[in-house]
Amino acid sequence: MKLKTLSAPALLLLPAFVVLAAVIVLPLIFSFYSSFTPFRLTKPETLCVFVGLRNYATVLGNAEFWVAFGRTVLLLTVALNAEMLLGLGLALLVNKATHGQRLLRTAMMFPMMFSPVLVGFQFKFLFNDNIGFVNNALQSLGLTNQAIPWLIDGNLALLSIIIAEVWSSTAVFAILILAGLLAMPKDPVEAAHVDGCTPWQTFRYVTWPYLMPFAFIAMTIRSLDVARAYDIVKIMTDGGPAKRTELLWTLVGRTAYADARMGLANAMAYVAILLSIVFTVYFFRKLAAARQQIGAEW
Amino acid sequence: MAPVTLRKLVKRYGALEVVHGIDLEVKDREFIALVGPSGCGKSTTLRMIAGLEDVSDGAIEIGGRKVNELPPRARNISMVFQSYALYPHMTVAENMGFSLKIAGRKPDEIKARVDEAAVILDLGHLLERRPSQLSGGQRQRVAMGRAIVRQPDVFLFDEPLSNLDAKLRTQVRTEIKKLHARMQATMIYVTHDQVEAMTLSDRIVIMRDGHIEQVGTPEEVFQRPATKFVAGFIGSPPMNMDEAIVDNGALVLASGVRLPIPPRFASALRPGQKVTFGLRPDDIYPSGHGLHAGDPAAVHEVELPVSITEPLGNETLVFIQFNGRDWVSRMLNPRPLTSGEKVRMSFDLSRAHLFDIDTGKALEG
Repeated sequence: MKLKTLSAPALLLLPAFVVLAAVIVLPLIFSFYSSFTPFRLTKPETLCVFVGLRNYATVLGNAEFWVAFGRTVLLLTVALNAEMLLGLGLALLVNKATHGQRLLRTAMMFPMMFSPVLVGFQFKFLFNDNIGFVNNALQSLGLTNQAIPWLIDGNLALLSIIIAEVWSSTAVFAILILAGLLAMPKDPVEAAHVDGCTPWQTFRYVTWPYLMPFAFIAMTIRSLDVARAYDIVKIMTDGGPAKRTELLWTLVGRTAYADARMGLANAMAYVAILLSIVFTVYFFRKLAAARQQIGAEW
Repeated sequence: MAPVTLRKLVKRYGALEVVHGIDLEVKDREFIALVGPSGCGKSTTLRMIAGLEDVSDGAIEIGGRKVNELPPRARNISMVFQSYALYPHMTVAENMGFSLKIAGRKPDEIKARVDEAAVILDLGHLLERRPSQLSGGQRQRVAMGRAIVRQPDVFLFDEPLSNLDAKLRTQVRTEIKKLHARMQATMIYVTHDQVEAMTLSDRIVIMRDGHIEQVGTPEEVFQRPATKFVAGFIGSPPMNMDEAIVDNGALVLASGVRLPIPPRFASALRPGQKVTFGLRPDDIYPSGHGLHAGDPAAVHEVELPVSITEPLGNETLVFIQFNGRDWVSRMLNPRPLTSGEKVRMSFDLSRAHLFDIDTGKALEG
């Protein structure tokens, strides 16, 4: 085919398509294909063995996978709700600030500026049962005289991870909700005051409906983020103790690289992606409904 | 019963004082318009009455009760906003019934009162719509409906007509007037449009730079403006005004034109005094085309060239060259005039206004 036969727009878009195909589409096809093979990194020839849906059957029948799946959903639910509430509170407070609001907005975003790996290290240190700041503080305040095994007890470890996750990403909610607060018209709020609303009623019936679309956008972004949580967990607990904090992607990583079962890991990954898709669709529906409700013109 | 009283009311934003200690008594069931150019403090004053702005100093009383510290919800007021401020996520009926729902009224009572208001404002067929599905005029009526349903002691209007087109504005203006007759409530209405203020209110409060310039009935502020500012603000087209010096029984304008001093001012003026001389367009007319059959002795006639004309059908605004610029005159039963044509003009000096040049206060004749 001669290049001359291509129209100018197609020609101009071609490099972008080529690059995207090379870095996204081809790996995607390759990984999808390999999920139908018993591919092991140590045995390249296994890539040519086609096993049909066997990997998927293994994944779906694997209790360990479903536990990790459930734990990821739990983490997602708790972390997102906590971030949502804290972010909303932060945004409302910052919105009240009459001086230094810009400074506060910037400061609020500091946690987002740290690499998740570093956040992981930081919280691993904070929650260390011997030398950690948290135990030290609790003991100094006389609240306990024990060394609480934050990262060693299974339930506490998950809680610690949730705290780290919330610390690093509450700002996403805060920033988006603050954007909503800054964008919303002031008149309906004043009308509500005149109509007899208490501050709580004003928030409940007037402010919140305006903020819902913004909260759902944050939810969507963060649900994708948390559903693929890896780095913080990897650093803080590496899925331990005894796999009590194993999440979907730490499991996928372990299967792929530690066990070298790439084909199986890819099958897991594709099932895991379903989770993200389900959440995204759910939040987008909510978002559309919320926008419709306030008659948003954007 | 809800008279509204402002006592030495002050509003400061930091070091900046925008309302400088105003006093005002609004009687029960009175319709008062606060009017003035933008930045005169009228909206701020209204918002203080509503409780949406803190009072820096002085006092606001509604129904004899000091409300300075009360939140808006405890003042039993309704407010109609310039932007309508409807709740976009509620239907028209929900918008109108919202205050009752908050107050914990029963659904059938809410429905009855919303329906009643809907009949008054002709909103019956729109009750299930959302604000985004309404036109500007309809939104405006919903905002009024929301205010009515609450049955407040005091209605506050913050430039409610400024987002409507001219035709609709006239319509809604009439509706507001009917509403006042029907509701028998105290109404305080902020506008920058002197026509709205004149047509609607029992009394007008003219504000400027955070002070009250004059309080009076529409007739009073039109016929006897207390200051030069009021004279220029009320009336359309505005009053013609120029500086003059008192000299030997005459007012001498800048161009050297001499006008006889109207008899009623004769004793109030001293020779050499500088004044502002004002005459409304209604009181200058091509001879024989005037509005007032005033004292013929006080009519001063001059032949003047026509600059341009603005025919309005029943009357024509004639701009005449006088004292070095264009003065506006109003010609009734108009006949065609051409630019440059010399016309014999009558100045009804019995209706002239004189203001102190320094204080701007009206001189009493």
